[in-house]
Amino acid sequence: MYKTNRRAFVAGASAAAILSGTRAAFAQKKYDDGASDTEIKIGHTNPYSGPASSYGVIGKLHQAYWKAVNERGGINGRKINFITYDDGYSPPKTVEMVRKLVEEDKVLCTFNTLGTPCNTAIHKYMNQKKVPQLYVATGASKWGDPQHFPWTMGYQPDYQTEAVIYAKHILANIKNAKIAVLMQNDDYGKDYFEGFKKGLGKDVGQIVKHATYETTDPTVDSQVIQLKDSGANVFFNISIPKFAAQAIRKAADIGWKPTQYLNNVSSSVAATMKPAGFDNCQGIITSLYLMDSTDHQWDANEDMKGWREFMAKNMPGANIADGGYIYAYSVSYLMEQTLKHCGDNLTRANLMKQAASFNKFRVPMLLPGISVSTSASDFYPIQAVQLARFKGESWDLFGDIMHAESS
Amino acid sequence: MEQFLEQLASGLANGAIYACVALALVMIYVSTDHLNFAQGEMAMFSTYISWQLMQWGLNFWVAFLGAVAISFVMGVLIERVILRPLHNAPVLSVVVVFIGLLAICNSMAGAIWSYLIKEYPSPFPKSSFGIAGVIGPHQLGVVLITLIVLSLLFAFFRFTPLGLAMRAAAQNPQMARLVGVRVDWMLALGWGLAAAIGAVAGIMVAHIVYLDPNMMGGILLYAFAAALVGGIGNPGGAVVGGFIVGVLENMVAYTGNQIEKLTGVYIIGNGEKLTVALIIVIFVLTLKPAGLFGRVVVKRV
Amino acid sequence: MRAFPRKWLAVLIALSIVIPLLHPVLPDLVSNYRLFLVSTMIIASIAVLGLNLLTGFNGQISLGHSAFYAVGAYTAAILMDKLDCPYYLTLPAAAILSFIVGYLFGLPALRLEGHYLALATFALALSVPQILKYKWLEGLTGGVQGIVLSKPEVPFGLPLTEDQWLYYYCLIVMLILYWAAANILKSRSGRAMMAIRDYHIAADTMGIDTSLYKTVTFGISAAYTGIAGALSASAIAFVAPDSFSFFLSIKFLIGLVVGGVGSLTGSVIGGIFYVLVDNSAQALSTFVKNELGLQFDLSAYTVFGILLIVLMYLMPMGIAGGLFAVIRRLRRS
Repeated sequence: MYKTNRRAFVAGASAAAILSGTRAAFAQKKYDDGASDTEIKIGHTNPYSGPASSYGVIGKLHQAYWKAVNERGGINGRKINFITYDDGYSPPKTVEMVRKLVEEDKVLCTFNTLGTPCNTAIHKYMNQKKVPQLYVATGASKWGDPQHFPWTMGYQPDYQTEAVIYAKHILANIKNAKIAVLMQNDDYGKDYFEGFKKGLGKDVGQIVKHATYETTDPTVDSQVIQLKDSGANVFFNISIPKFAAQAIRKAADIGWKPTQYLNNVSSSVAATMKPAGFDNCQGIITSLYLMDSTDHQWDANEDMKGWREFMAKNMPGANIADGGYIYAYSVSYLMEQTLKHCGDNLTRANLMKQAASFNKFRVPMLLPGISVSTSASDFYPIQAVQLARFKGESWDLFGDIMHAESS
Repeated sequence: MEQFLEQLASGLANGAIYACVALALVMIYVSTDHLNFAQGEMAMFSTYISWQLMQWGLNFWVAFLGAVAISFVMGVLIERVILRPLHNAPVLSVVVVFIGLLAICNSMAGAIWSYLIKEYPSPFPKSSFGIAGVIGPHQLGVVLITLIVLSLLFAFFRFTPLGLAMRAAAQNPQMARLVGVRVDWMLALGWGLAAAIGAVAGIMVAHIVYLDPNMMGGILLYAFAAALVGGIGNPGGAVVGGFIVGVLENMVAYTGNQIEKLTGVYIIGNGEKLTVALIIVIFVLTLKPAGLFGRVVVKRV
Repeated sequence: MRAFPRKWLAVLIALSIVIPLLHPVLPDLVSNYRLFLVSTMIIASIAVLGLNLLTGFNGQISLGHSAFYAVGAYTAAILMDKLDCPYYLTLPAAAILSFIVGYLFGLPALRLEGHYLALATFALALSVPQILKYKWLEGLTGGVQGIVLSKPEVPFGLPLTEDQWLYYYCLIVMLILYWAAANILKSRSGRAMMAIRDYHIAADTMGIDTSLYKTVTFGISAAYTGIAGALSASAIAFVAPDSFSFFLSIKFLIGLVVGGVGSLTGSVIGGIFYVLVDNSAQALSTFVKNELGLQFDLSAYTVFGILLIVLMYLMPMGIAGGLFAVIRRLRRS
């Protein structure tokens, strides 16, 4: 009973503060659930167990990042209470965990919740509850829809935009292209493929073969053989690192030499290109927006040095070849800045407002020239990528930075 | 035609992987009467051990033997420490323990070696030969190793007293005990052997699917199917079952492709190949309920 | 089968009806989230009961109950999404469809025993997500994207929150289904089911139509699990093929064994365990790391594995079996 009374008292007090805040200019502090003078609560879900557990590194970096922020003194004097739960990449579990975060833990917002199906399952709920669902960790194109879902925002360039860029590049550079597509049979693969078809427009007939695989398939050998048999001279590879590496190697093994386009998801040198064999990877084209820690061209870069320092200090023993750490670092930084911009006005509405007011904002680990821009009508923070061709043992960036406006 | 041959070869190569893991499953079944859900994860763990040994500078075959030996000891220990107290528990309870083991192996490997995929070397020469392009040297090597392991197992069970004692202990523990077989140790030995075979399988597979803590997830499903098709208690059947599942699956996808090419209508493709292959397998099983190579056990009331 | 004491059962049911009404008085203790959590436990316990009817009382193993769960969930989702069918009407539809699928599946299963039945049901579990993604069904199932739904609305203007209503809705369904199961098991048919489990050949010679009983049991078991699936579609308000993987079957199996094979009480415990185990494993792993200062990163998945093994070690007959054993020992002393 005591607890209830105290809560009621606090609620009353903060309500009073809000009332007086509207009247008096000096009382600027405003709080929603999850924020106070001393603390800001942020929620997060991530698979740490089960088949998708390789994404667990993202959650681990977040934990280390917020711990480091707190050791520096927090944000505007407030400590970050980062609460992360395991959802095992299962949408029903995500619903359960996110409801716990919002209703029990009373977080100010969720941040970087991972997975397209998992985020789809909580999309409606978060918007009904009016709790910010910020910088979700999926590249699906549906996260930037402020008209219908004003409380949800993506982070990385969406898959469709990326696929459109490849399609345009193929049309501009390869005459009489015959395209073969390998696609993971889920929403991630589908999103890329839809974007790709859209990008080809009236030339969609150039796709001569489309083969899918399941993540439970041991290998994609059979699919690559089918693709080769179609006589295609262009290969668009929509697969996660393990299968991308298999496909690249199998194509070389059976003597199929198309022009290869590889989705950004598998652009990691350590996770895809090295296992596939550098010899087999020469000339592959992908698009990048983040730096790669195993790519020596960034060794002298200030961002990269800062990141390495952070990793050495806060996550000793972690495998720094894993691209997940770079991704998580950059998105954590953006979240930290968003909270900083909120100042003492830590309401959910203001948080969304601040998240939607970045203008050419530089976030570390993004490629030089790529920045974060958002507005009330633009909920896609990063929309630029740069094409790169694999040469030797690293990616060779070429051409301009491309800004494709997502439809 | 070229595609047909390539699909066939790739099916055989995949089949060899399933066969290898299926052998380990059969091994446990023959010696302990249990289906081990954790077999795949144990094999994955053994593969990491061999990888670690290589990182420490050992030669491939030394690491191979080292990992197989360590796995054998681990297998024996698991039986003696974890399963021993559960000898009288219902089968389903033991299955749950296996699932627990699976979770532990998987997460420990991830914690120790991280989830990033690693390339794993192949011990076989990279030179190309007559049928290069259709089947790679590593794939051929896997088929070979699988057959060698199978013959060794066959010889062990058929011609050694220890093999006989192990079979006796699994089939009729009370009787075996009466004639002086140390049944408990036979069970532990079975686990050790299964873990060792699993290590061989894992090491062979890792070059093809790359080394990561989840590498066995998909393969174990196929290996189960393979082991059951061949009649769960029959090592030779498991190997044949592995090849059947591997080839059948590719042929389903191939046929679906040809149909689509000829008629322009999509009926079956890569998404459905496993499903269709399994349906065919089950259909065959309903006609031959003891598996293709299993013997029908006559029940007495 | 040991029956739960009637007096206690009545008290429990009364409590489960009254406590949620305290939500306006004790909003923190009886929170919407907790009611939702209990609802998911109820749903899980219905699914586990379905599996128990088949495995525990009829002796047929199944690794494919995620498939029936998916059939139920998708039936409900498609009816609500495409035909604007009210949510409560989806339950009978899901039950009937799951029953048919289960019954049909039970026919070839008659020829298969033990491990082969495991293989067949396992194949079913693997194929259902694929079928949901199948090209020609995409229009209906939403393919890989799944279907987003709305939560059940409170009827008749009752002064309840959405989660309170969801809870009562699940509770009512559960009580009816458990009551029905208890009655089936007590009847002649129930005794026949168990006779088949224990002495198959003897049951056959005594004139029990074992084929009929086995296939119908398969159908009923599938129907129970299908109803649970339909309830979950309402509760989660989202269905996608990824939610119904083989691992779901494994989780039902864990719920069944940990709760207690062949025990109605065990199914309830299994359902609760099914939801709680993940959360407690995670809490335990954080606790070990933060409070005990363990340097090594003990992940929740490891803790989960250890929990399962320790549980089976302590109570090989499941929690229900263990509890009854303890109670018996207490009574005797």
